[in-house]
This record gives sequence, structure tokens and C-alpha cells, in this order.
Amino acid sequence: MNRLMIAGLTALLATMPVAHAETVAITGATVHTMARAGVVENATIVIRDGRIRAVGAGVAVPSGARVIDAGGKLVTPGFFDAWSHIGIVEISGIDTTNDAATSDARIGAAFNVADAVNPRSMLIPVNRIEGITRTLVVPQARGGMVAGQAIVMDLSGTGASIIRNPAAMVVQLGERGAAMAGGSRAAAMLRLRETLQDARDYARNRSAFERGARREYAASRLDLDAWQPVLNGSIPVLAAVDRASDIEALLRLKAEYGLRVVVFGGAEAWMVADQLYEAEVPVILDPLVNLPGRFESLHATDANAARLHAAGVTIAFATADSHNARNLRQSAGNSVARGLPWEAAMAAVTVNAASIFGLQDVGTIESGKVADLVIWDGDPLEVMSYPEAVFVAGQQVPMTSRHTELRDRYLPRERTLPHAY
Amino acid sequence: MRVLSLQLLALLAGTWPLALASAPFPSTYQPLPPETVLIQNATVLTGTGERFDNADVLMRDGVIAAVGSRLTAPEDARIIDGTGRWVTPGIIDNHSHLGVYPSPGVPAHSDGNEMTNPNTAEVWAEHSIWPQDPGFIRALEAGVTTLAILPGSANLFGGRIVTVRNLVGRGYQDMKFPDAPHGLKMACGENPKRVYGEGRRAAPMTRMGNVAGYRNAWIRAADYQRRLNEYDEKVAKGETATPPTRDLQLETLAGVLSGDIFIHNHCYRADEMLVMLDIAEEFGYSITSFHHAVESYKIADRLAEAGVCSSMWADWWGFKIEAWDGIRENVAIVEASGACAIIHSDSAVGVQRLNQEAGKSMAAGRRAGIDITPEVAIRWITLNPARSLGIADRTGSIEPGKMADVVLWDRDPFSTYARADIVFMDGARAYDRNDPERQPRTDFELGIGGAR
Repeated sequence: MNRLMIAGLTALLATMPVAHAETVAITGATVHTMARAGVVENATIVIRDGRIRAVGAGVAVPSGARVIDAGGKLVTPGFFDAWSHIGIVEISGIDTTNDAATSDARIGAAFNVADAVNPRSMLIPVNRIEGITRTLVVPQARGGMVAGQAIVMDLSGTGASIIRNPAAMVVQLGERGAAMAGGSRAAAMLRLRETLQDARDYARNRSAFERGARREYAASRLDLDAWQPVLNGSIPVLAAVDRASDIEALLRLKAEYGLRVVVFGGAEAWMVADQLYEAEVPVILDPLVNLPGRFESLHATDANAARLHAAGVTIAFATADSHNARNLRQSAGNSVARGLPWEAAMAAVTVNAASIFGLQDVGTIESGKVADLVIWDGDPLEVMSYPEAVFVAGQQVPMTSRHTELRDRYLPRERTLPHAY
Repeated sequence: MRVLSLQLLALLAGTWPLALASAPFPSTYQPLPPETVLIQNATVLTGTGERFDNADVLMRDGVIAAVGSRLTAPEDARIIDGTGRWVTPGIIDNHSHLGVYPSPGVPAHSDGNEMTNPNTAEVWAEHSIWPQDPGFIRALEAGVTTLAILPGSANLFGGRIVTVRNLVGRGYQDMKFPDAPHGLKMACGENPKRVYGEGRRAAPMTRMGNVAGYRNAWIRAADYQRRLNEYDEKVAKGETATPPTRDLQLETLAGVLSGDIFIHNHCYRADEMLVMLDIAEEFGYSITSFHHAVESYKIADRLAEAGVCSSMWADWWGFKIEAWDGIRENVAIVEASGACAIIHSDSAVGVQRLNQEAGKSMAAGRRAGIDITPEVAIRWITLNPARSLGIADRTGSIEPGKMADVVLWDRDPFSTYARADIVFMDGARAYDRNDPERQPRTDFELGIGGAR
């Protein structure tokens, strides 16, 4: 190994927070496993090779392990923001840094945000030092009501951060969907049905299509391909929809085509909670929405989360605010103040989103799972609490961001040189 | 006192121009019938920087009668056990667009930005307020008793600001804070140059264009003011004189130069705030508060020196490049530097948890080694915004003789779980979480059944 290689390796290690081979033991913690074990007091968590190897009260600390004393602290799974543009939008108001949507009407379902994702986004450290470790990165509908494919990304900030692709097919319904389909909800549903019929026909007659011996389809070949994982049930349709009657129309579509469906937004979802439960449709929501901001959300209430949960509906939370995804826990805390049990709110920011998008090895603190967890100095749903340590995808991350550097530069103190030095 | 503006000192000294009393669109605000209320054994944050544990608060005839321990209950008093609960002044949001950008936010309701000229100092936000905005009620349920309603930030001069009591009326005049000074909204930075330069190929297209726009307007305002003064002097001497033709735009600007109208200046970047301070110096007016001041932490010493408040979010950042450097510690650093810190909402959602926003800023400060107590943090959302609106002599703190605008919280108000149990305005229960008779609804909310 020559000196240049060593220098390169050293530089690489410096950017990698913790070497992979290290064994870490977190001791003395109150662990909210979000799994069958529930809450384990005075627990030890052993992490090796990026995975949790043991969790429990009587677990021995392996020899040579780096020990993190978490006595009196809480440990939870990393938080999961179930709807964001992290990695595809740097500054919302600057088009050149915004890859969330395309105005190219030829691309609908085939639009996949994965190729636009920037894991070196400044938003990632800002949010992960406050406990966000995963997010669903969603495209935005612009050219048409089918926005395209969402992915799940971890906030490791590395090139390997995309962990499920595709994760969902995002469709805009309601007022905005209607506007993009020519001005009526009925037209929007018609377009969706036409596309699904064509995609199904295409799958059955692909060779005829390739020969040019099939009727013309409403969607492009790429779009028809993209719909296949939806038709075969491997990914859900994630529909942005608020009005209760629009949700009911979506449930009819689900029944017709045997789709898996997830509701996003769902301001009036509480009004159709029993139907959502029957149809096994989860709801991703911002629990703070309590104003009739649009006519499709006239019945918005901050009791939405509690009512859906009481009806048995699986809920996950989203801020829909990528820069401040870190405020997910504030939203969850507010939902508790509006009647949602604390454990249910914790599930809505951890394990539920993982299960909705079919992630088997994150979202809980259990032996064998990826080490994706946070050590908190207090109740994580309190705004006054902060993470003391964060593990993302098996690695402990540095607790710094561009914001902490700005803070340190401008903290009041005596100085002899200008701030730029 | 160095954080107080000159206008405010004049106001506190009781020299506020009487002319305002005869101003058009007078307030028709009527307080609810006051009760005599004694809250016992609560944790009281007065808003003046003090904290009293196991303390009592007595409200009578619409005002704070006493704060202390073991107060004697008057015979007619409603006694409320405050054990485990906290009492703070009513929350004041000095940056709201409720009523002018109401819910539902349909285009026909978009009344906050007169985007027809970079200088619309002649428009008054109060003339756009729709009192049936359900957002007012949501804010009340969260302890907000007074708000300033501002025009938007598309223009260099957006128009006049109005201060309202958060008691929904049939017209906005029913809500108008009696005899509160007027404000003028100014805007720095990206918005005016985007709307006019980028949008219409008109001035201002650049930040230097913005500055020329402000200066030209102040030159015209100074001239108008000179003509007004000449007229007044002639009249005083008994000479015949013709007043200058009334000009609503110049009337507002001249009101700033005479110190009657407070400047609330939307300005994100530190360097632009420094430019605005120089402009104020050049034309002899003072800036009461910068708003959306995400970079105040970079110049907190200069702001302390200038006596200008910063109205800030706890943590908004990144939605445009002038907000790129917004950090969580902004409010705490401004406070630690001895400058006037205010947390504002600018949002129908954020106004519902200003207490939590203050909690976030306090926690961020502590994490950075700036020890801020709850009794200091509460000022960011009570007395300091009251000062910025020129109403601190009447509300914003729990002191004998002041309007009894008081929130009884079910716990530490900086907690995510905190809820306002009772919100008193002028000593009356404007909202009571446990009494349906004291849970107001706007017209628009009727017919929506079980949502609430």
C-alpha cells in the first residue's frame, strides 16, 4: 500500500463516522423497541457490522466493545418521515435545485426520483442530528396527476442510501388531481381507470404490442411498464387525497383492480375510518392539519390521528416539510395532546412507515435489524429533548451540520478577527 | 430600555398623538362581560421576566388586580385551582395573515398582497380582513389573544398593519385593538424584486433597485411632511393656508417620519438589515422590528445597539436562498446579545403553537450553552411583541392594572403536550376547553358536524 493510497484511505475514514467492524454496546438505556418486547428497562444493545446483535436487560457487553453509557436515557428506532423531498429539493424556490417534478407530460408513472437523489444534500445532516434516519422521497405531480415513483432513502448521506426502489406509485387526486385531469374529479378517476386497463392489457399482450399489433394505449410504454408492480401488488398506490368522498372513490378503484392503496393527507379520513380499516388502507398524515384550508378539507380536525387509530387504521406521520422533517416529533407530540396514545404516536414515526413500505429490517430495535436508532436525553416527542447519539444504517453519525457550524461561528464571544476567520 | 423605540418611549410617556382617536375606521371592540377570577397555586410567568411558583392571580373588572401568594378571594370570585398548572400572559403574534389569507385559501380569498405597485403604502390590511376566518378561533384555542395582521411582502411598502383582539366580530372594527398605533409593512430582498423585476420587467429588479425604491419614497414623504408642517405653522399663526392635497400613500409614509406609525420590516439577511438601518438613519425614522429575521444572530450586537427587535421563526429555513442560513439558535443568540427577540408565526398553523416554538428556541439555546429560563422565553411571545406593536402599556404581561389577558395552561406551556385550559381576554373566558358555551365558532364552521 503506497502512501497515496494510505492518505486516500485516511481521508475516506475521516468522512466515515465509525468504522464498520467496530462493536458498540449501548448500556443502561430504556429501550422502546417498537416490537413485541415493548419497553425494556436498563437494557444493553449490542451493535456489530451495522446490525443490532442483541437487545435486553441481561445482555453482556462484548469484550473490546466501545461502550456508550445511556443510563437514564431513552433509545428509540430512528424516526421515519413518510413524505418528503429530501435529496431531491435543496431550496424549494430555486428551480435548478428542485427535482421533485417534471413538466414533461410524456412522463408519468415512469418518473422515478431515484436518479435525481443527492445523498450529500445539506438537508440530510440538519435532519438526522435531530433523529430522522429514514424518509419516503416522493415525486410531485406537475405534468399530470400521476406523479411517479417514490423511494425510501436512509439519511446516511452515502451513495448507498436508497433502500427501496420503487416504494410506491404516487398519484394526486382531489382538487389538484381534478385540475390536472381537465377540471373534474370524475375525469381524474376516468384517466386512472383507462391507464390501469391499458397497463393490464399491455402486460397480457406485450409481444403483440412490440409487433405493433395492439391498439394504441393512453400511456407510454415506459409508463405501462411502471404500472406493473402496482398491478401485481408489489408496491402500493400512494394517493394524495383529502375529501372523504374522494377517499371512497379511491376505495372503489382499489376494489375494482385489487390494488394496494395508501392514503396521503387524508384530512377527512376520520370520516371514513371504518372503511379504511376494512380495506386495510393505511393513512400517512400530518396530524397538525386542523383548518379547512380547502373545500376538500372542510372537516379537518386534529383529532384525525386519534380517531383513525381508534378505528384500527394504521397511521404514519409526515411533515411534508423536508427542511424541517426534524419537527416530525413535535407533530407526534401534538397528536398525543389530541388523544393519540403515546406508543401509537411513536409507532407512527417509526415502525409503521417501515411496514407500510415493506421494509423488513428497520423500524424496530430487535436482534438482526439494521442499527438505525437514536439515544435521546428525554421524551423524544417533547420539543425540549434532543438526540445525544444517532445511528443510521449501522453507523453512528457525527452530530454536526452546516447549521451547527453557523451557530458556532456566531455564538457571542470575544473575537480579534472578523467572523470569516 | 435600550430595546425600546423612540415611538414607544413617547407612547409610554403618554404623548401618543390624540389625532389617532379620531382616525377613520374606529374600533368598535367590546370586551366580553368580565368576571372576578382568582387562580390559586399556579406557576406564574408574568412576561416581565419573573416567575412565581405556587402563586395566585386575581382578575377583576377586566384587569389584573393582583399577583401574589395566598391572595384573599373576593366574595364574587370564581376560584380556579391552578395546582400543577401554569399561567402566562395571553400570547401575542405580531406577524399574522389571518383574515387576509384566510381558510379556505381559495383565490377569491387571497387579499393579502396588493401586487400592483412596489409602493402600496396607501392600502390598509384591515380592509382585507374576513372576520369569519376559522384560523382566528384555532389561534384563540392556543392562547393567542392579540395579533397584528400584516399585508404580504410582494412590495417594498406593502401597506398598513392593524392590531386586533382575537375576539371574532361581525366586522373587523369589532376586533380592532382600541387606539393601537398603526404599523407599516416594508419588505427587503427577494420578494419585491421577483414580483416586479422577474415577473414584470419593472423596477425593482435587483436589491439595489429595492434600495432606490425605498429612498425615492422617503424623499417624497419628507417633502409631503414639510408641506404639511408649513400648513400647520401658518394655521397656528392665524394665516390663511391651503393644505396639501391628501395623498393616502404619502400620509402613511409621513406618519412614519413623524413617529406615529411603526415600521415592521420583512428582512431575512443580516447584510440587508444593516442597509435598512442606514436608510432609517438617512431619513430619520426608526425600525421597530425586522421580521423573518433568520440571520439576526449574525448581527445581534448591532441590533441591540440600534434598539431594533427581531421577529423570528423558531426554525424555518431553506425554502428560499435568503432563508438558507436560518438556524435553531437564532432567537437564543439574539436574546443573549441583549437585543429584543420575538417569535412570530406568519402561519395559520404556527400561530397555534407559539408556546412550543418558544420551547424549541429555548432548548436550542441551552444546547448551545445559552441558559434561557422559561420566564425569559415567555417574553418572546408576550411582552416583546406587545412592545413592537405599541400596546405594552396595556397588555403583554401579568401586572396589576393591565388588561387581564391570561392563559391557564394544563402544564408547562413549553411542552408539546401543553394545552390551554382557559384563555381570558379582559378578564373574561374567551375560550374554555371544558365549557362548550365558551368555545366560539365562526360562521364558516357551522354545518361541519363532528370535526371539532
